[in-house]
Amino acid sequence: MKKLFQSDWGSRLIEGLLPVFATLAALLLGAVMLLFLKVNPVEAYKALWEGAFGSTNAFAETLVKATPLLLVALGICISFRGDVINIGGEGQMIVGALLGTWVGLTFTTLPGWLGVSFALLLGFVGGAIWGGIPGFLKAYFRVNEILSTVMMNAIAVQLMNFLLRGPMIDPSQAELASQIPQTARLLEIFRLPRLVPTRLHLGALIAVALAILVYILLWRTTLGYRIRAVGQNPNASRYAGIKVPRYVVLALLLSGAFAGLAGVTQVFGVNYRMITDGSASGFTGSAGFNGIVAALFGQLHPIWSIPASVLFGALLVGANSMQRAVQVPSAFVTALNGLVVVFVVSSEIWRRRRQRRRLAAVMRDEEAPPGDKENIPQAETVA
Amino acid sequence: MSSEYLQIDLIISIFASAVRLGTIVLFAALGELIVERSGVLNLSVEGMMLTGALAGFLVGYFSHSLWFGVLAAAFAGMIVSVIFALLAVVFQVDQTVSGLTVNIFAGGLTFFIYRTIFPDVGSQGTPNLVPFSALKIPYLSQIPMLGELLFSHHAMAYLALFMVLVIWFYMYRTKSGLILRTIGENPRAVDMKGVNVTTYRVLAVLFGGVMAGLAGSVITLGSAGVFVADITAGRGWLAIAIVIFGDWKPGRILWASLFFGFIDALQMQVQALGIRLPYQLFLAMPYIMTVIAVFLGRRRSGAPIALGTAYVRE
Repeated sequence: MKKLFQSDWGSRLIEGLLPVFATLAALLLGAVMLLFLKVNPVEAYKALWEGAFGSTNAFAETLVKATPLLLVALGICISFRGDVINIGGEGQMIVGALLGTWVGLTFTTLPGWLGVSFALLLGFVGGAIWGGIPGFLKAYFRVNEILSTVMMNAIAVQLMNFLLRGPMIDPSQAELASQIPQTARLLEIFRLPRLVPTRLHLGALIAVALAILVYILLWRTTLGYRIRAVGQNPNASRYAGIKVPRYVVLALLLSGAFAGLAGVTQVFGVNYRMITDGSASGFTGSAGFNGIVAALFGQLHPIWSIPASVLFGALLVGANSMQRAVQVPSAFVTALNGLVVVFVVSSEIWRRRRQRRRLAAVMRDEEAPPGDKENIPQAETVA
Repeated sequence: MSSEYLQIDLIISIFASAVRLGTIVLFAALGELIVERSGVLNLSVEGMMLTGALAGFLVGYFSHSLWFGVLAAAFAGMIVSVIFALLAVVFQVDQTVSGLTVNIFAGGLTFFIYRTIFPDVGSQGTPNLVPFSALKIPYLSQIPMLGELLFSHHAMAYLALFMVLVIWFYMYRTKSGLILRTIGENPRAVDMKGVNVTTYRVLAVLFGGVMAGLAGSVITLGSAGVFVADITAGRGWLAIAIVIFGDWKPGRILWASLFFGFIDALQMQVQALGIRLPYQLFLAMPYIMTVIAVFLGRRRSGAPIALGTAYVRE
C-alpha cells in the first residue's frame, strides 16, 4: 500500500485541478484560433467575463444556462459512479422534453401546478426510457453503452424533427406556407414561475434541491450504495449477492431521467415551446454533452456539480456575448465549446488510467490486493 | 407493355444507385476493416469522412480539379486519423472515448473552416462544383441492363470495388496481412516475434483515415457537388455497422455495403414516389442499424479478440 499513500496528497491536488488545467488549455488553443481570425484574445476573453458576470441580468443568464447543465450533471454523477458512461444526454433531454411538452399541450384544463408537475414527471419518464434502453442492452446483451447512447441521440433528433413537423406542429404553422417546425406555445399557467425580474426560473431551485437529493441517494441509501459498489467492482458485488445487471440498468435509467428533466425545464422555464433547427444542439444547446463536463468538473459529486455547472454556464453565456462583442463567426463558439469538452473528458480518462495503472503497480508489488479504492473501469468489447 | 418496361427501368435504376451509394460506405468500411483487424476500434470514421468531404470539396472547388480534391480528401482523412492514432494507440486513451472525441472535434472544425472560407453562404448561394460524371466502359456499358447496373459509374466507384480485391489479397496472401490479423487476435505473440505492434496499429489507423477521407470525397465530389454541415449523415457509423455485419471479411463487407446501398436507394425512390413514410425514419436508419448490428454481432466469430483493447508491453 506504500506507493498509493505516498503520492496521495500531491496527486490528489493535481487530479482535482486537472479539469481546470484542461479548460485553460482549451482556452489557450482558442486564443490561437482568435489570432488566426485577427481578433485580440485579451479583449475577447474580457468580453467573455463581462458577458457572464458583468450585471444582474448577465449573471441570471448564466444561472439559466447552468440549470440544464446541473440536471444533466446529476444524472452523470449517478451513471459514472456506477461505471456506466452515458453520452446520451442530448437524446434523453429531447425525448423528455417531447413527452413533457405533449402533456402541456394536451391537458390544458388542469390547474397550473398540477399540469407542470405532470409534465415534469413524464419528462423524467421519457428520459428514463431513452436511457434505460441502452442500459438494458448493456446489462443483458453486453452492447457497449457509449456507442448505443450516441446512436440513441441521433435517433431522438429524427424523432423530434418528425414530431415537430408532423403530429406536434403548431396548428397555426401547419396552415402557413412557412411550416416552421415548432409546437404551439404553452399556456401561461404552465410556465415555471420566475424568481427575480430576469429570465431566471424555478427550475434552477428544483435542480439545486435535486442535487441534495442525489447526494442522499448515492451515499445514504442502499440503492445508491449498490450502484456505486457495482461501479467500483462488479465481481465483488456479484459475490456479495448484488444483481449487477439490474443496477447497471438503473444507473443509466436514472441518469437519463435527470437529463429528461433538464429537457422539460428548458421548455417550461425558458422557451415555452419546442422548436427544431434540425440538429440536437438547436434544442439542447449541447447541454447533454456539456453536462458531462460539468459533472467531471465537480469530481462526479452532486453538490460540487452546482458550482461547476455555474462556472460552465458562465463560460457558455460569456462566449456568446464575446462572439457579439468582437465579431467572430458563431462557429467559433461551437469549436471552443467542443475543445473544452474534449480536453476535460480526456483529462478525466487520463486520470482514471493513471489510477488504474498505479493500482496495478501496487498490486504487483504487494502480494495482497489492496482492494478497489477508487473506480476502476472494466475493459469491454463492443461487439 | 410500356409500363412493364418502365418498371424494369425503375428496378434497374434502383440497383444501379444501390451500387453507387454502396461504394461510398464501401471505402470507409474497408478502411475500418483493416483498423479493426489490427485490434483498434476506431469510432471516428464519421469525423474522418466529414473532414475528407470538406477537404475534397475545397480543393476541388479552388483547383478546378476533382482528382486533386480526391488526393486532398485522402490526406485530410489521414491527418484526422493521426490525432486518433496518437490518442488511442500511442497514449492509449480509451479507444471509444478517443473516437467520439475526434468526432466532436472534426464536426466543429469542418463547420468552422467552411464558414471562415465562405462567410456569406446563404445570401450568396451555396458554392458548388461539377461532380464526377459517369465513366461508361466501352462496349460493356452497352449490354442491356447489366451495362447500366455495373459499367456506368464514376471512376471512384470502380476504385472502391477494386479495393475489395486489393484488401483481400493483402489480408490473406501477404505476410504483412497475416501479421496484421494476428495482432488483432494476439498482439503479445506478435510482439514476442519482434514485430512492433504500435507501428502496425498506427499504420492501420492511418490507412483507415485515408479510406474514410476517400469515402468523404465520393460524397462531395461524386454526387453532391456541394458541402453542407454534417453532409455524411451517419454514413461513418454505417461503415462500422457494415464491418460487423460483414463479419470482418472483405467479401462479405462488399455484400453488406451493397445491401445498405440498396436500402438507401430504395428510400430515395420511396420518397420520389411520394409514399407517405416519414423521411426522418430513413435518416435515423443508419443509427438504428448500427445498434442492431452491434446487438447481433456480439455472437459473430470473426471479431478480432483483441478488438478495443490497448496493448501494454510487459
